[in-house]
Amino acid sequence: MSDRLPVKKTYKLFVGGAFPRSESGRTYEAEGQNVARASRKDARDAVRAARAAQPGWAAATAYNRGQVLYRLAEMVEARVPEFADLCSGRDEVERAIDRIVWYAGWADKLPQVLGGSNPVAGPYFNFTVPEPTGVVAVLAPEEPPLLGLVSRVLPAVVGGNAVVAVAAESRPLAAVELAEAIATSDLPGGVVNLLTGFRSELAPVLAAHMDVNALDLAGADGLAAELEQLAADNVKRVVHGRADVQSPWEIESFLELKTVWHPSGR
Amino acid sequence: MTELDRTGERTPVPADWTYAPAPESRDVVELRERYGLYVGGTWLEPAETYETISPASEEPLAVVGQASAADVDHAVGAAREAFANGWSALPGSERAKYLFRIARILQERAREFAVLESLNGGKPIKESRDVDLPLAAAHFFYYAGWADKLEYAFPNRKPKPVGVAGQIIPWNFPLLMLAWKIAPALACGNTVVLKPAETTPLTALLFCDVLRQAELPAGVVNIVTGDGRTGAALVEHEGVDKIAFTGSTEVGKAIQRRLAGSGKKLTLELGGKAANIVFDDCALDQAVEGIVNGIYFNQGHVCCAGSRLFVQESIYEPIVDKLKRRLETLRVGEPLDKNTDVGAINSAMQLEKIRELVESGREEGAEIYQPPCRLPEKGYWFAPTVFTNVAQSYRIAQEEIFGPVLSVLTFRTPDEAIEKANNTPYGLSAGVWTEKGSRILWMAQHLRAGVVWANTYNRFDPTSPFGGYKESGFGREGGRHGLEPYLRFDE
Amino acid sequence: MAQAPALPAGFELPLEPRLPRIGSVDAVALEERAASLAKRSIKKDAKVFALELAIRTTDLTTLEGADTPGKVSALCSKALRPDPTDPSIPSCAAICVYPNLVPTARERLEGSGVHVAAVATGFPSGQYPTQIKVADVRSAVELGADEIDMVIDRGAFLSGRYAKVYDEVVRVKEACGDVHLKVILETGELGTYDNVRRATLLAIAGGADFVKTSTGKISPAATLPVALCMLEAIRDVHAETGRRVGFKAAGGIRQAKQAVQHLVVVNETLGGEWLTPELYRLGASSLLNDILMQLRKEKTGVYQGSDYFTLD
Repeated sequence: MSDRLPVKKTYKLFVGGAFPRSESGRTYEAEGQNVARASRKDARDAVRAARAAQPGWAAATAYNRGQVLYRLAEMVEARVPEFADLCSGRDEVERAIDRIVWYAGWADKLPQVLGGSNPVAGPYFNFTVPEPTGVVAVLAPEEPPLLGLVSRVLPAVVGGNAVVAVAAESRPLAAVELAEAIATSDLPGGVVNLLTGFRSELAPVLAAHMDVNALDLAGADGLAAELEQLAADNVKRVVHGRADVQSPWEIESFLELKTVWHPSGR
Repeated sequence: MTELDRTGERTPVPADWTYAPAPESRDVVELRERYGLYVGGTWLEPAETYETISPASEEPLAVVGQASAADVDHAVGAAREAFANGWSALPGSERAKYLFRIARILQERAREFAVLESLNGGKPIKESRDVDLPLAAAHFFYYAGWADKLEYAFPNRKPKPVGVAGQIIPWNFPLLMLAWKIAPALACGNTVVLKPAETTPLTALLFCDVLRQAELPAGVVNIVTGDGRTGAALVEHEGVDKIAFTGSTEVGKAIQRRLAGSGKKLTLELGGKAANIVFDDCALDQAVEGIVNGIYFNQGHVCCAGSRLFVQESIYEPIVDKLKRRLETLRVGEPLDKNTDVGAINSAMQLEKIRELVESGREEGAEIYQPPCRLPEKGYWFAPTVFTNVAQSYRIAQEEIFGPVLSVLTFRTPDEAIEKANNTPYGLSAGVWTEKGSRILWMAQHLRAGVVWANTYNRFDPTSPFGGYKESGFGREGGRHGLEPYLRFDE
Repeated sequence: MAQAPALPAGFELPLEPRLPRIGSVDAVALEERAASLAKRSIKKDAKVFALELAIRTTDLTTLEGADTPGKVSALCSKALRPDPTDPSIPSCAAICVYPNLVPTARERLEGSGVHVAAVATGFPSGQYPTQIKVADVRSAVELGADEIDMVIDRGAFLSGRYAKVYDEVVRVKEACGDVHLKVILETGELGTYDNVRRATLLAIAGGADFVKTSTGKISPAATLPVALCMLEAIRDVHAETGRRVGFKAAGGIRQAKQAVQHLVVVNETLGGEWLTPELYRLGASSLLNDILMQLRKEKTGVYQGSDYFTLD
């Protein structure tokens, strides 16, 4: 038997593709570990990182976005045992991987299902295209710790949005592990940002933030009504996400629709 | 010392900058001496074989099988077995993952396949590397994503696979056409028997190794090589539920006749004689580039090639002058040289066909222009060619040449352009060059063609449906619509 | 040297009948064509040819507020003998400096054949009254410049005052006399390729001997698509009038590979005739050492390090 002492992991935030500690220097204990306790300033930085990364991500081809997300699935698949220890088990991890693959496959199909040309009564060509709304704040559900987070983050990201997600408060380690998989997946830094900490501290900051375009309340619990109030200040799109669902309509919640007209004539 | 002269006004002596040979190495591909038929996940020895060559040098590359009716029967049986025992029952998300694996492996082995494609088919390595391979991988990636989303593709319909698909593909984009056929078929839950073109079997045979690496269950994809006889056997086989054919209009019609009354589903992607229409308000130099790309890309071996150039009379001279000048910088030669723009003609038979039609153009009175180019001694070659003073009735304006030969005609108004462009039994594609947005849309509305390219040409994407009107065939490949031919809907 | 047309000052010029059609440039197709030319594989002898041509057509440049006679002297030595260990390496075409440094450069380069180019017209912004800009040119010529690199008035161009832009080129050309004039468009400020084409034709109409992409002070500067766009305009002028106008790519070209790509674009757009310092220049500074490294690698077969090439 080996008496070798393992090197303990430090559980930090994931912002702009890097792993900083909280600027406040605080941590809290979760699942037996010290986990970074993000502050309002960390939330502010994460939104800034998301906003900076979003245009480039939206401008990537749909094919490229699909491939990058498929690679995320590859990275998670390579760490199944680690992930299994941090959630309900192997079954949840496999479902999460398959869900990532499922959403990755939507990237290059959305306009074909959600948009199209409209036969207006006149000599005009008219078409509707879906576009990402911008920066989406996600409150991940407490359960399931991995699948819930994946189920809420993927729909926003595949559509070309950038995300700031608040991990499940009592079970944040799966989220940090996911951040590590994201960091090795070719997803540009800032497209997905993960904050660990107290939901009651972070959710209102994000809900009120004037540079966040949409808010997913999957993990809001009792805070939902207050957060919806705060969201009204810049007319955020508010989504009541469910923890374990997969559908293209989940993607649509984070998209805007643009309709273009042009005359058709000699 | 420099050669600058403070007040000099002499005519410059042109510097002669010859690009050195830049050959892509053949070492990356391991060619076997013989290939069998890939049936039920294993290699079968065929009774009859033939040799496949490199059209650039006539060098023999390998011995491949000439599948007989019995061999085809075997393959269809394997496909049926795989369909019934597992593939169709697999959840779509699992089928998807096989297809994603295939896409990724093709990306990893892209260079190997690109070299083999150019070697066996004659197209420049620049094209197989930058167009064929990326598109083939992308096609598998796109359709992989549909495999478990079919219920969203057709509102209120319940899609089911058709069963066993027989697929016959041409020699102009061998691997890409294979991807166009296999990807949607498998995504929809079908199994396939695919026959590559007689002159270009090798990338399809190498593809079987990708299937092995992807661990695709045996019998889901079967590859039977051979000539038209193999194709006929496949078309006629009772156990095939659907036939997909890409090739000449003549053979397409024969297949359609053969299948009449049989209940088998059919899609055809046939020939074309596309009008590439240039208006006087086009972006001139870019339009010339588009004209060149439209007819000399892949040596003109493209069903949607812009083979009839319609130039608005008011811009005729600048266009034709620039076009001729541009032809002078086209590099014709060894397909594996990275600087080659135009490669070899695929076969002796095709070369003869091109020669015959070009001769007819001369005889009927059109004016021919070919830039000076030194063609290699061995192999099948034809210089890029432009015919001017072409009348609508000339054979070179009516018949598909399928070679690097452009016919130039003129027009005055948009209505006239439409009339002349549509005046053909074909209807696969068309091009429009104008900076005026409303004219692009109006022309697109009035052109009877399945694909309209505006201010671009020969652009393909797995998300973009491709297929023809009229005698250019029916059915679409690519996009959501590309799923339809491979599904049945029990109402 | 082509003569500027004799026109009264401030003459409003109807452009279309006098020039090749301005027309439009499709950005996507232009960029695709440039990208495809960039993929040409230039190896061995063909590469050595290109690298040597790049040196022979280089305008070795320093345009800093901190330039001194000492700095410029050193640069002149470098332009004369880029690689002191290899006498087969040719001299550069010219050096390019601010007017104050022209006398030092002339002294160092007297009799060598390497030209002295001076920037003028309130370089780089051009935001000065016309008389001041023309006086700047006259003084640079008096100081002994062989070539003048002027800037067009982008403020006038972008507010639609094309006649003013044209007029200034005409006046500067007059002030140059026999001295060869390059007109800098500052393509990075023009916004579209349509504008780049228009500005190129305008500059040529005004009497430019050379059209030049950029001042080198902003980005983007000499990209391959911008070069292709300008070369196509030069080609059209030559086809319609027989006049040969030169092209200078300046700004952002730091690696030998880029220089070779630029030369490919010229070769396949205008042909071998333009591959000479009389009709082609590369404005650069750090590029020269990268070219020397590549040349030595071609000759020795071994990758080089920067310690072995002098920084002047």
